[in-house]
Amino acid sequence: MTQETKTVEQAAPEKHWEPKIIAFVCNWCTYAGADLAGTSRIVHEPNIRIIKLPCSGRIDVSFIIKAFEQGADGVIVSGCHPGDCHYTAGNYHARRRFAGFRDLLEFCGFDMRRVTFSWVSAAEGKKWADLVNEVVEKIKELGSFTEYQKFLT
Amino acid sequence: MARIGVFVCHCGENIARMVDCAKVAEETDKLPGVVVSVDYKYVCSDPGQNMIKDAIREHKLDGVVVAACSPHMHEPTFRAAVATAGLNPYLCEMANVREHCSWVHTDRELATEKAIDLVRVMVEKVKKNQELFPIRVPITKRALVIGGGIAGIQAALDIAAGGHEVILVEREPSIGGNMARLSETFPTLDCSQCILTPRMVEVARDPRITLYTYAEVEEVDGFVGNFKVKIRQKAKSVIAELCNGCGDCWRKCPQKKIPSEFDAGLGYRTAIYVPFPQAVPNTPVIDRATCLKFLKDRCGVCAKVCTRNAIDYTMQDEIIEVEVGAIVVATGYDLYGIGKDQPNERWKGYGEYNYDAYPDVISGIQFERLLSASGPTQGAVRRPSDGKEPKSVVFISCVGSRDPEKGLEYCSKICCMYIAKHAMLYKHKVHDGKPYIFYMDIRAGGKNYEEFVRRAVEEDGVLYIRGRVSKIYKDGDQLVVVGADTLSNSQVQVRADLVVLATAMVPHRDAYAVAQKVGIACGWEGFYSEAHPKLRPVETTTAGVYLAGACQAPKDIPEAVAQASAAASKVQLLFSSDELEREPIIASVNEATCVHCRNCIRVCPYTAITDKEIRDKKGNLVKIVAEVNKGLCMGCGTCVAVCPSKSIQLAGFNDEQVFAEITALGSK
Repeated sequence: MTQETKTVEQAAPEKHWEPKIIAFVCNWCTYAGADLAGTSRIVHEPNIRIIKLPCSGRIDVSFIIKAFEQGADGVIVSGCHPGDCHYTAGNYHARRRFAGFRDLLEFCGFDMRRVTFSWVSAAEGKKWADLVNEVVEKIKELGSFTEYQKFLT
Repeated sequence: MARIGVFVCHCGENIARMVDCAKVAEETDKLPGVVVSVDYKYVCSDPGQNMIKDAIREHKLDGVVVAACSPHMHEPTFRAAVATAGLNPYLCEMANVREHCSWVHTDRELATEKAIDLVRVMVEKVKKNQELFPIRVPITKRALVIGGGIAGIQAALDIAAGGHEVILVEREPSIGGNMARLSETFPTLDCSQCILTPRMVEVARDPRITLYTYAEVEEVDGFVGNFKVKIRQKAKSVIAELCNGCGDCWRKCPQKKIPSEFDAGLGYRTAIYVPFPQAVPNTPVIDRATCLKFLKDRCGVCAKVCTRNAIDYTMQDEIIEVEVGAIVVATGYDLYGIGKDQPNERWKGYGEYNYDAYPDVISGIQFERLLSASGPTQGAVRRPSDGKEPKSVVFISCVGSRDPEKGLEYCSKICCMYIAKHAMLYKHKVHDGKPYIFYMDIRAGGKNYEEFVRRAVEEDGVLYIRGRVSKIYKDGDQLVVVGADTLSNSQVQVRADLVVLATAMVPHRDAYAVAQKVGIACGWEGFYSEAHPKLRPVETTTAGVYLAGACQAPKDIPEAVAQASAAASKVQLLFSSDELEREPIIASVNEATCVHCRNCIRVCPYTAITDKEIRDKKGNLVKIVAEVNKGLCMGCGTCVAVCPSKSIQLAGFNDEQVFAEITALGSK
């Protein structure tokens, strides 16, 4: 098992490359917002894979790191709007944690343009769809993120 | 080795139109650990569910993944189904390939690819799932109501009528609260005491209600269904069982000039006193701070005249311990004072009205006491300064309310109504009197409220001046009220014999202290926080604690009563089963690795985590670790994310499970 050299490659598709976006969302707001986008049939890019958590406060920084390790090109973290957390305060912890870890992640070499932090409520189906489309487009411009690819045997 | 069954639903055309379900089932079948993988038209239907149950038995499945709609839709359906087949319901997960996939994408190939990914994520997660069992917590079916105003009384009566015991604790010597101080209530002009006192008597008579007056809640421990409360019964110095309410004691008491709290300082009471004639219970109490016996060891007249030997100067405060399953907080409100002495820095008082220095500038509640037949003037409207009947009264609205400069931005909701009421009642009593109201807006949004205000204008000739008052000053023995009349664009000055201020409704003075004891939050402007501003107005985020009345936000009597009944129904809901069953999605601590950094304890929004001492067989303290209260934890997982040693995990969403989900997306 060898480590790949740490260079960013531009998206040079042999086959047409599609970015992979992993989203860590809270069950009560953003997941429900994404459901609403579904029931409203709001079309958006298919590159996104949602991982459901009870609360944005549950989101550990290691999830973001692991997502990139596993080949994600972009990560979305999303929860309830401040003041609306189903568990009253979890999203404040998420926000504070993210603010605290941003710089550290950047220092470690993660391109923070690839991480998007957002608040999407259960009523904001359109906002979710727009967010997904924006992020996918942004990641398409940035290209594939190869630095932290984990080599699996 | 895992034995997972995967069931891919077509949902008619909803999924099948955009996702190749057969292919999803086929690809998923190749995953290690998946022993059966099929697609079917409607998995949630009876035959669909039977298919799952049969598969569990036939293939001895230890995990099920249903690829279909959102778990918000059918997770309970499928979990119930697998449970009947003998599989723990928490070993069943759903992959959302409808709302998150088939309904929002237009490329069939990419949608199918995504669906395969989503199913694989849940398969890998389910492999790490553990059997979970609902947590059962016993419930003590007794309620505590804190506060004996109209809201507390209503809640107590409702809960008792529902067949449960209630303990009602009131800090004043009598129940009744602020409503007992009112003369008549809007919009009916019902006599307040007349409609309230029957309820008060009912509370005293109901065998299921235990009433503690002149008592306060000292300490609250425990959690929903299992609260342990200490109540401090302050020493009344009167033995209630012996007292027959004759009144000889307070009639003979030499201390006659103590400002009466009930009369808002406009009248007097004695040191041994009953706050008002209709008090429930009718037992007097001795205010030891003003009683000569306690101050100087003199007098003792009340004990001498009491024919029942009911006076006991040696009585001490008593701590009563009770166990309850639910608490209703109904501690009511206070009024904004315009003086210099304020409880916090934000509130400024009204220097432009000379603070509280003018005796003839009074508050709304003081005017109620003047109007009240059992008040300090027996219902005659009199100036506090010289006892004369005022011929011109100015009422000023929004004193404190809607005034960010004085510290309160909000509207107190009831003042427009009671100001109209005051003006009308004044006019009914003083036929040649002139009432003026300075107002900003008129907020009369209830049943018959607008009609009531119109009545004040049309029938009683109340003069409404739209503008604020900038100054009140004394001229001779009258007051001059200087204000604006914005509708005629001029300044006006009104010579008034009496000025009544509609001061803001504020949280009662000990709101924060009570909140801390009970474990609830003071939110907006110091009022107690409800669990959700729209959909959960009587619950708090602390399970088992409910709110009723003005302690939650300014409101009128009908709203307070409605909220109290709502809180009572929540209590009955809680008491409707013998055990409280909770979802087992809660955190738990690995005591071997916990180092007691207390990060989790600090961040838990529900204060569900506490210290636990680990002792050896001899009782020596080995270490202290964190412990999660199964009755309180709501399963947010914030604690898990802050634990530096990863000693706390959340069932259903532990690190192993989440990492498995992320890795599943990488293993292509």
